[in-house]
Amino acid sequence: MRCGVLALQGDWAAHIGALERAGAAARPVRTATELEEIDALVLPGGESTVVLRLLEREGWMERLVERLRNGLPVLATCAGIILLARDVTPEQPSFGLLDIGVRRNAYGRQVSSTIVPVRLSEAFAGPAEMEGVFIRAPRIERVGPGVEVLGWRGDDPALVRQGAIVAATFHPEITGDDRVHRYFLDVAGGTP
Amino acid sequence: MMQFDDPKFRVKVGLAEMLKGGVIMDVTTAEQAKIAEDAGAAAVMALERVPADIRAEGGVARMSPVEKIREIQEAVSIPVMAKCRIGHVAEAKILEALKVDFIDESEVLTPADEENHVNKHPFTVPFVCGCRNLGEALRRIGEGAALIRTKGEAGSGNIVEAVRHLRTVQRQIKTLTILDEHELMAEAKQLQAPFELVRWVAEHGKLPVPNFAAGGVATPADAMLCMMLGAESVFVGSGIFKSSDPAKRASAIVGAVTHWQDPAKVAELSVGLGEAMSGLDIAKLTPEEMLSRRGW
Repeated sequence: MRCGVLALQGDWAAHIGALERAGAAARPVRTATELEEIDALVLPGGESTVVLRLLEREGWMERLVERLRNGLPVLATCAGIILLARDVTPEQPSFGLLDIGVRRNAYGRQVSSTIVPVRLSEAFAGPAEMEGVFIRAPRIERVGPGVEVLGWRGDDPALVRQGAIVAATFHPEITGDDRVHRYFLDVAGGTP
Repeated sequence: MMQFDDPKFRVKVGLAEMLKGGVIMDVTTAEQAKIAEDAGAAAVMALERVPADIRAEGGVARMSPVEKIREIQEAVSIPVMAKCRIGHVAEAKILEALKVDFIDESEVLTPADEENHVNKHPFTVPFVCGCRNLGEALRRIGEGAALIRTKGEAGSGNIVEAVRHLRTVQRQIKTLTILDEHELMAEAKQLQAPFELVRWVAEHGKLPVPNFAAGGVATPADAMLCMMLGAESVFVGSGIFKSSDPAKRASAIVGAVTHWQDPAKVAELSVGLGEAMSGLDIAKLTPEEMLSRRGW
């Protein structure tokens, strides 16, 4: 399976490292051509407004959304989940493909960023918790009926799945724990 | 190393990780901050005067007025950084109380302490600091900086100093990786850097925190050059709002940082930008006029 990481801005290189540790080859995606050469995609952390503006300028955002709508498996973290969400507060354009509502920077500015445990559902083997690195993180405020919650920060959903979409409000890519990436590769059908 | 396992430090470096591949722009008003955000800035740096004006007008350059920082925080949703004077622990504490997202302990402002930088470890807010070489970078990281940038020569519109600093840091990192383990203490003495950090760099072949470029970026090509020399992001100070078409130039520099490996794309982005800021010949500056000499 050819796994791509959207590499317009953000910590895309950390995702490539995590995917490789989980056993998948991964490459950066910066152009319309590169978008056609992948079977799964990661939308990394970064600034969602920057990535949106760059995508609009690149001229292939519609094609990206079309591929996602047609079932391209996607893993999104932090800024990535904001791009996918149906509703974003404060209002901001998004792909609207993941039936959740998110609030940007809901936990506050950087001084409120923190590392706290994320409690995992039974979908994950190993320890029942994983390290949740929350950086100016969004908060999931609404979860649609077709969305399965796989992880919680306290009572807040922090890791969700809807079909071929896996999305987190935290950053599993910058911890040593690659279980979310492995889970995504299973969903995408790419593990041997 | 203990410092790198500390969750508090990791959260600080985490924000720096998210800023990679982005551009951080100096702004002095809410209006400029909006222009920067709309152009695709990954963060803005709130300050009273851009470095070119500080250079031209002289006088003591201080932390930005509180109301200005607040006005900028209200105007944009991207991270807001602000500068404190080197060693000015009180300005740093005040900026933290204002909940800025990053503090730049910066040589662009007039130093408050000619011997000491701020001990950045106890702070919750992350710090970025400038450097001219590896020793300086590691001293700042030793004090708790979560992000390193080159000093370059701020407000000059001339990339030559940033290039010197990027190349020096990269060369010194490479040198460490080929040294025998028995040579590391002597090298640490030479670099005037903490031994544990020297050993970390020798093992990993990179800085333990992200490494950005700053000081003199005026064109998309300047930004591309910094990325080619190993910078992971670029700060642009006077280069944007001292040019004839700030919105367009800002957006082109953002594009150049994303697509630095694609010269044809950067060529297209560089069309129709109007006049760049007029630059300074570094060789004609006296040592006292060089901001990069502040701090150690």
